[in-house]
Amino acid sequence: MNGPFDFTLALADDALIAAQRLAEWTTRAPEMEEDIALANIALDQLGAARLLLSYAGELEGAGRDEDALAYLRDDREFRNALVVELPNDDFAATMAKLFFLAAYQLPLYTALAGCADERLAAIGAKARKESAYHLDHGALWVKRLGDGTEESHRRMQAAVDQVWPYTHELFAADPAAPVDPATVRPAFDEVVGPVLAEATLTQPDSAWAPAGGRAGVHTEHLAYLLAEMQVLHRAHPGAKW
Amino acid sequence: MSARSASPTIANGTGRASAREAAASVVDPEIRVITIDELGILRAVEEDPASGRVTVTITPTYTGCPAMDVIRADIRRALTAAGHPDAEVRTVYSPPWSTDWISEGGRAKLAAAGIAPPAPVRTAGVVSLTLAVRCPQCGSPETEQVSRFGSTACKALWRCRSCSEPFDHLKAL
Repeated sequence: MNGPFDFTLALADDALIAAQRLAEWTTRAPEMEEDIALANIALDQLGAARLLLSYAGELEGAGRDEDALAYLRDDREFRNALVVELPNDDFAATMAKLFFLAAYQLPLYTALAGCADERLAAIGAKARKESAYHLDHGALWVKRLGDGTEESHRRMQAAVDQVWPYTHELFAADPAAPVDPATVRPAFDEVVGPVLAEATLTQPDSAWAPAGGRAGVHTEHLAYLLAEMQVLHRAHPGAKW
Repeated sequence: MSARSASPTIANGTGRASAREAAASVVDPEIRVITIDELGILRAVEEDPASGRVTVTITPTYTGCPAMDVIRADIRRALTAAGHPDAEVRTVYSPPWSTDWISEGGRAKLAAAGIAPPAPVRTAGVVSLTLAVRCPQCGSPETEQVSRFGSTACKALWRCRSCSEPFDHLKAL
């Protein structure tokens, strides 16, 4: 990556795709309170995504607004990390993704709040308060399922094993960025380690680290997600509710 | 300047209500007992004395708050009704809104409407610990959180163990 545009777009796409995936749980979560919680978290992610996309559009200076960036790019132009585009799968997998993403976004937004770019600093200061709630929520479920029944433990461990390799891409070094994502890795580890331990889960020790999202090389899942997210805008350009 | 009327609704001698009061009277569309001023999201109201153009600055409670569009429209409507048709509503994100900005009057109105107001935000950590939340129905401190995410982005769902009533709690942010 190079420059604040790529960096801002990457953060925006992480938030946008995470929001779209979480929204798929609406009316399908295991209990009503959780349904509302996931919709709320999706809304927070969407709010951050809109601010970041709008700013990315300004940085690019090519006249693209938040809608053009969200609805009129193909999968190869998206810069989100692969972890957010993975299918929701088991509820435990969704919780593993939610927890790991929040454990990354919270220290990243916190660092962003102190960066030299005033716009990014304002967005970071705002979004980090919301991320703190997401982290709390994700950690609660990881512990509840991990330290729950034999079956919930088995599925939570499987989810952690499945999602863990994808977390490494989030911390790919980018020394030129307003905040180098590699610098927030210690904060992530500090939060994740104790929660997994309390949940009686084993932190995977896998060297496999799938990546490519930041360069626009995605899993097969992203194009399907985008098709659903973009179809209305592409079919009816400029449509408003 | 000529002598002003004592009436708070005629503040500038031209028969127009003050822009500040008009904007401040707008109620939150999702919590209709409290105004945007009491909620602390109305940051500034400036009127250009030469052109009469009014600039209102607001900040969202949460980044994704879906009420913002309605709030912007309501502000413009209130200003037009008060004689300020030339108005612009700006949105700022810094400094970020905090529940500490809700006025004392606003907190009392929330409680009266059955929404437990937020405790002051602790500054020590990023995640705020929740102190005892009193049931807005019976006043009992014997309450428990059902879900930290409620009917709107800014509320959590709680239940009273004394009177068994569920209630909304505006969570500290």
